[in-house]
Amino acid sequence: MRLIVSYISGLIFGIGISISGMANPAKVLNFFDVAGTWDPSLIFVMGGALMVTFVGYRFVLHRPAPTFEETFKLPASNELDLPLIGGSAVFGIGWGIAGFCPGGALPALGTGRSEVIIFTIALVSGIFAAKGLQRLSATKAASV
Amino acid sequence: METVFTPWQSLSGGVLIGVASILLMATLGRIMGATGILSGLLSPSSTSDFGWRAAVLLGMVSGPVAVMVVTGQMPVIQVPTPTTMLAVGGFLVGIGVTFGSGCTSGHGVCGMARLSARSFAATITFMLTTGITVYVVRHVLGG
Repeated sequence: MRLIVSYISGLIFGIGISISGMANPAKVLNFFDVAGTWDPSLIFVMGGALMVTFVGYRFVLHRPAPTFEETFKLPASNELDLPLIGGSAVFGIGWGIAGFCPGGALPALGTGRSEVIIFTIALVSGIFAAKGLQRLSATKAASV
Repeated sequence: METVFTPWQSLSGGVLIGVASILLMATLGRIMGATGILSGLLSPSSTSDFGWRAAVLLGMVSGPVAVMVVTGQMPVIQVPTPTTMLAVGGFLVGIGVTFGSGCTSGHGVCGMARLSARSFAATITFMLTTGITVYVVRHVLGG
C-alpha cells in the first residue's frame, strides 16, 4: 500500500510537471527573462501548487499522524545558515544556466530525451560531490 | 526562443503538483521534494526507505507517458541550452540543492506551504540568482 500511494503521488506530480511547463527549459528560462522573451506562465504553476498545498497541509498536518507512518517527517531546523543560503544561490545559478530543476527533470526522464539524461547524470554527480564535501568537512570538524 | 503563455495549463499543472504533495504528506508524512527523494534514493537508510522513494520516482517518470497516452503527444521540451552548459548547470544544481537541502518543489512549494522560514529564505535566494544568471547569460554574455 505504501508503494502504491508513493507511485500515485509521483505520477500525479509527474503529470502536473508535464502539463505545467516546468519540464520545458525554454519556458522556465523565459519566466526569468523579464528583459527579453518573458513568459509569465510559471507564476501560475508555483502559485497554484503553493495555494493548494498550503490549504491541504492545514488539514493533513492537523492530524496526529500520516496514514501509513507513525510521524510526519518534517525538517526540524529553523536556522538560516550559510549552507542553506549559499547552496540555494548555487542552485539558482545552475538552474539559470541549464533551465532544468530537479523537480522538472526527474519526470522529464520519462520522455527519454538525451538532454534530460545528460542533465540528470550531472545532477547526480553534483549531489555525490556535495555529499563527499559534507562528509569531508564533518570528519575535519570531528578531528579538530 | 519564444514560448506561448499558458496560464490555465500551468495553473492546472500547479494544482496537480499541490495534490501530489498533499497525498504524500497525508499517507507517508513525507515532503514531496525532488531533491530529498532523489538524494535519499542514492543513499537510502533501509530497504523500505529505498522502496517508497523508488516508487515515487517511477511515478514521476510515468507522468509524461501518461500525458502521451491521454493526449497522443509527449509534453513539449525545448532545450535552448548547449550540452556542455546542461552538464555544468546540472552539476551546480546538484551541489546547490544538497547544501541548500531542497529545490523548487521541496522549498518552493512544500516548505513555503508550511511557512518554513528556511524555505522562504532558500526560495527567495534561488529565484534571485536564477534571474540574475538568466540575465547575464542572455543579455550580458550574448544571446
